[in-house]
Amino acid sequence: MNVGELLEGKQICICAGSGGVGKTTTSAAIAMEMAARGGKVAVLTIDPAKRLANALGLRELGNEERLVDPQRFAEQGIEMKGELWAMMLDAKRTFDDLIERHAPDEETRDRVLGNRIYQELSNAMAGSQEYMAMEKLYELHQEARYDLLVLDTPPTRNALDFIQAPERMTRFIEGRSLQFFLRPGRLGMRVVGRSGGMLFSVLKRITGIDLLQDLSDFFQSFGDMAKGFSERAQRVNDLLAEKRTTFLLVSAPEREPIDEAVFFWRRLREAKLPFGGVIVNKVHPDYLQVAEHAGGLDIEQTLEQLPNELERSLNGTEAAASLARRIAQNFSNYRLLAERDRHNIERLTDHLPARRVIEVPYLDTDVHDLDGLAEVNRYLFSSDTERREILNRIMV
Amino acid sequence: MARILDKRLIFVTGKGGVGKSTVAAALGVVAARAGKRTVVCEVAQQERMSALFHQKGVGYQETEIAENLFAFSIDPQKALEEYLLLQIKVKPLYDLMFRNRIFTYFAAATPGMRELVTIGKVWELSQLDRRVKKGVKYDLVIVDAQATGHGIAMLRTPKTFGDIARVGPIKRQAETIYEFITDPSLTSVCAVALPEEMPVNETLDFKRRLKDELELKLDRVFMNGIYPVLFNEREASSIELRYEEEVAGSDRSGVAIARRAALRAAVAEHGRAHAHHEQVERLKEGAKQEPVELPFLFSPEIDMDAIERLADILEEAL
Repeated sequence: MNVGELLEGKQICICAGSGGVGKTTTSAAIAMEMAARGGKVAVLTIDPAKRLANALGLRELGNEERLVDPQRFAEQGIEMKGELWAMMLDAKRTFDDLIERHAPDEETRDRVLGNRIYQELSNAMAGSQEYMAMEKLYELHQEARYDLLVLDTPPTRNALDFIQAPERMTRFIEGRSLQFFLRPGRLGMRVVGRSGGMLFSVLKRITGIDLLQDLSDFFQSFGDMAKGFSERAQRVNDLLAEKRTTFLLVSAPEREPIDEAVFFWRRLREAKLPFGGVIVNKVHPDYLQVAEHAGGLDIEQTLEQLPNELERSLNGTEAAASLARRIAQNFSNYRLLAERDRHNIERLTDHLPARRVIEVPYLDTDVHDLDGLAEVNRYLFSSDTERREILNRIMV
Repeated sequence: MARILDKRLIFVTGKGGVGKSTVAAALGVVAARAGKRTVVCEVAQQERMSALFHQKGVGYQETEIAENLFAFSIDPQKALEEYLLLQIKVKPLYDLMFRNRIFTYFAAATPGMRELVTIGKVWELSQLDRRVKKGVKYDLVIVDAQATGHGIAMLRTPKTFGDIARVGPIKRQAETIYEFITDPSLTSVCAVALPEEMPVNETLDFKRRLKDELELKLDRVFMNGIYPVLFNEREASSIELRYEEEVAGSDRSGVAIARRAALRAAVAEHGRAHAHHEQVERLKEGAKQEPVELPFLFSPEIDMDAIERLADILEEAL
């Protein structure tokens, strides 16, 4: 299985996963390869490392896609048959744009944009950044200018925040029941009745009137837009479930991100959202096991001989014995990690449908240029057998 | 400035995946060893503390997990109910409000409300005269906070509410909380980072935002997962040379493969240790402060042993 196969016939690829697992790099790499193969591809990213942003020619939050200069690929010897576009998402601006689009008149628009509750909402509310990422995705999908859109999702500690974002947004907007209650003397009073009046006065006492006033203003000005807004949230939600959409889960081979990936996969299944596969980054390959697999190596026996073997190999180097010992010690540390990774990945594959896990080894240097992305793609876009061969070739 | 363990409240935040929970737990162990009654408090309901300390579901209950060491996980809904009961006092009226689901709406509809009750609960835990009946008096509260972006939003909430609500208890309480968390003799805000580009950027950015938005100082940076320097430069170049010669050679025996793999792991380790050193330097320069350095632990998983090891190192460093 490779990413190329997973993306066949897809127009939207959503890269999701917990923080620090390499989502941004993975999204950029996938978009680059799909463009290199001839597609017109846009990658929507949230917060790329500065050097990667520079490599893609993204210098600021533009909220508009920009074509990555083909010259950059030529310089790196990467053949680019299609076009790679990239964009850094500005969640607040996307939200403001949305208000602008739905507001019936300028006055309403200004009232909403100037409301303190709105400002807090658009900046900080958990889920609003996630929702805005989807919103932008929807907008670009509607414009239909690209063959493939790759979305790098915001770093959530809880992956669920992402798929629940449209629902939460809708619920929030439709929480207008509060609006009645906040306007005593009108229809609302009749709904909540006498006890409601008493509750209102308690609420007022606890919160301080101005907070309620801002909230009330917000819902009143938002009221006219709410319908359009929730309809759109529904369409955004539908887009996620489309058969031309796929979710790629990005993970790392430690216990927590693996647990998170399994959890996310389950939630995708429950929500009937299309699952593509899991990409596990930063895997420590167990070269000895690869060699054993290829035939002709007894791991235990080999490890026993290793310190002496190394010392012999380093013969002539100053303090060869001490050096050999440290190299062997480091190798045994390394193998601990390799074993941990293998164990965690096995746990992952036990849960998932067959052959849906793609491993990318822990590369010697961090990826922050087009060359690095191309290196990542050697693994993302090869078959399981090819991947094993690449690793085996490194040693043999 | 008071030593970090002499404060009443420590916030631990940082980019996703850098080991916030691990560092928060290790700090808790250090404080408990020093005889301070300490509670490590989660806010994202992920039950990380339960996993780290092998306890079943700590949940919304202050659970003693070792001598002087407690764990707690804040559920905003429960914290809100607890808060309102304390505010309204009259139980029948309180019941009436919850039956009407009005506060559920109110809490769901007001952006920042979850964050406010969460930080309010953190504050309550750190008070010597606990509002909660029969509450344990803690010497120190350690918060395993959300990742940087949401973390700063939570720290900012009391100020925002203090500004929006011009009168009433919420304003008063928000201001009390704000004063507490911005008093450097009482509260320490710390960041955990890894010696990599993005976590270092995020830490520097966090420090700037703390200053600009809250006039707060970043107290400590914990640089986690630093690779040890095992080889000097001369040794590293001999290793690299040997590796290249070995790979160019035609020996395909098992031991030859093992030699190559071991040499390659050494080359990679050296490269990483070097890159980590550079990132630590970049942080020192950018933040103009010395981070607390924590080594990478070559262990299959972060368990109690690993936390005790980190606690030993922290004990020395703090």
